[in-house]
Amino acid sequence: MKAVCWQGTNNVQVETVPDPKILNPRDAIVKITTTAICGSDLHLYNGFNPTMQKGDILGHEFMGEVVELGSAVKNVKIGDRVVVPFTISCGSCFFCNRDLWSLCDNSNPNAWMVEKVMGHSPSGLFGYSHMTGGYAGGQAEYARVPFADVGLFKIPDGLTDEQVVFLTDIFPTGYMAAENCDIQPGDTVAIWGCGPVGQFAIRSAFMLGADRVIAIDRVPERLQMAKDGGAEILNYEEIEVGDALKEMTGGRGPDSVMDAVGMEAHGMGLEGFYDKAMQAVKLETDRPNVLRQAIVACRKGGTVSVPGVYTGFVDKMPMGAFMNKGLTMKTGQTHVHRYLQPLVDRVQKGEIDPSFVITHSLPLEQAPHGYEIFKHKKDNCIKIVLKPGQAA
Amino acid sequence: MLKTNQEAIEMELTSSSNSDLQSDRSGNISDTERWGSLITGGALVLTGLSQRSLRGALLALAGGGLAYHGATGQKSLQDKVTEATGLDKNIRVEKTVTIQNKSPEELYRFWHDFENLPTFMKHLKSVTIIDETRSHWVANAPLDTSVEWDAQIVTDRENELITWTSVEGADVDNSGMVRFKSTDRGTEVKVVIEYSPPGGGLTAAIAKVFGEEPEQQLGDDLRRFKMLMEAGEIATTEGQPSGHK
Ligand SMILES: [Zn+2]
Ligand SMILES: [Zn+2]
Repeated sequence: MKAVCWQGTNNVQVETVPDPKILNPRDAIVKITTTAICGSDLHLYNGFNPTMQKGDILGHEFMGEVVELGSAVKNVKIGDRVVVPFTISCGSCFFCNRDLWSLCDNSNPNAWMVEKVMGHSPSGLFGYSHMTGGYAGGQAEYARVPFADVGLFKIPDGLTDEQVVFLTDIFPTGYMAAENCDIQPGDTVAIWGCGPVGQFAIRSAFMLGADRVIAIDRVPERLQMAKDGGAEILNYEEIEVGDALKEMTGGRGPDSVMDAVGMEAHGMGLEGFYDKAMQAVKLETDRPNVLRQAIVACRKGGTVSVPGVYTGFVDKMPMGAFMNKGLTMKTGQTHVHRYLQPLVDRVQKGEIDPSFVITHSLPLEQAPHGYEIFKHKKDNCIKIVLKPGQAA
Repeated sequence: MLKTNQEAIEMELTSSSNSDLQSDRSGNISDTERWGSLITGGALVLTGLSQRSLRGALLALAGGGLAYHGATGQKSLQDKVTEATGLDKNIRVEKTVTIQNKSPEELYRFWHDFENLPTFMKHLKSVTIIDETRSHWVANAPLDTSVEWDAQIVTDRENELITWTSVEGADVDNSGMVRFKSTDRGTEVKVVIEYSPPGGGLTAAIAKVFGEEPEQQLGDDLRRFKMLMEAGEIATTEGQPSGHK
């Protein structure tokens, strides 16, 4: 089959590799009809993860049709149309039992790598480095899905791939980030980052009852999409965001703030440069300037929600502001399984059509071009879906 | 006879643990505490043996090699244990996992059939049961060779505790214990493995068998045990496609 393989920093290639096989009784094989490039794939593309190996198959947002089943999978049939959560969960450990799917104990065969850094390992992830299991990803014609009896979600008839493929990651991720804001009637939410997750967070914040959403970015087409979703917008290259947020909220600050950017935040001024330098010499692995700004901007007693991806250590956290203002921080990889049914219900009721975020649909073979334009925000690119099997 | 010795040692070890805790000597309190929690139920307390040989202690308990003569204080006891075994440079690793939805009874039963161990202990090639207490173990070593030994169950407390040790003439002296404890967070499974690295050419083979990082190897073994018990299978990526060339 054809698959998108990581070859090194800024280098992905579409290669011919063996087809996946059933390895365990709870496995399934899915023939992929739609897959996507995620913002967090760029962290791998940019070479920030030392546990990537040459030849690893990328991709963690994918859906398709079941073509093969292990002996223990009884709840789906060959031919079913399914989406696949990017988090791999066993369904029977302490965390799966408590609806904390991304913290599954049993799905990461390389858990020891993470334990060395983080103390404990979160769940395995598709196509996301060896530290999270080294599972082959879904930017390919076929993928093996472990624990398929809990990891496959059957799509109701009448919905297109484009309407449901983001249930695998960015839609529930934006939704959980908004849920983590603990939104009360009348609340204002400020969201740093208007990439795909930020876009879903904006719409989710309104669905969860936010009065106002203020979205912060610098890319005009992203800001426009945020505005289309009902947000007020701030371009941080044109305005001092902290002051602006305070003025817009009567001097109080937003009730909750969200870092939908994560470890590769675009540096702003000296502080950004400091982080970039620290990261370059490996003293600091993540650049947290958005997180710092968000904490300082948040109103007293407010909530900081972090859907942005961090993998290592951050420096110069404004702990004084965080403690003295009595803030709460909520974060985590998305518990995707928890949101599949409720969110597909919202799509079916017409409350949201997730396909709004797609700006590019490309054949799988054009993945290298896709990574390039997505990384550099060329060609007004916000979100790319890849279509295996579509003529190149 | 055995029972008398055991009771005597329990008393001795309990009292030495108290004096050890009070005197806070040589910073081995955490070890002491870990050993104190190793075996519950009050029947056997190894506290105080924290720097001593597990095999020695087990053999002493099983064979009465360590008599109770009113020994006072930790030091004299340790000396006696060392004398009894001749081992004092052992490598010992211990790990605990918590397993959901499986009772101590179920886990004990699975583990007690030692022939099951190679399914989650990667370095074991096979374990063959010889009789009620004896089994033959074969572990993979480098260059298609293997290391073998016979082991004997020393303590077998149903649904709670199994201890075993290699018998005379093993390629490598080693011992182990596994304890199953019911808690409101699941069944805690604690394993302690100890072995004495032999000198000479065997050392590299032994390092491979027991892991160059034995802590990590035991941790991975127990993680696979947990996967098998909780999820019914062991998560793997071996055999999946990639573009490696
Ligand atoms: Zn993603
Ligand atoms: Zn789980």
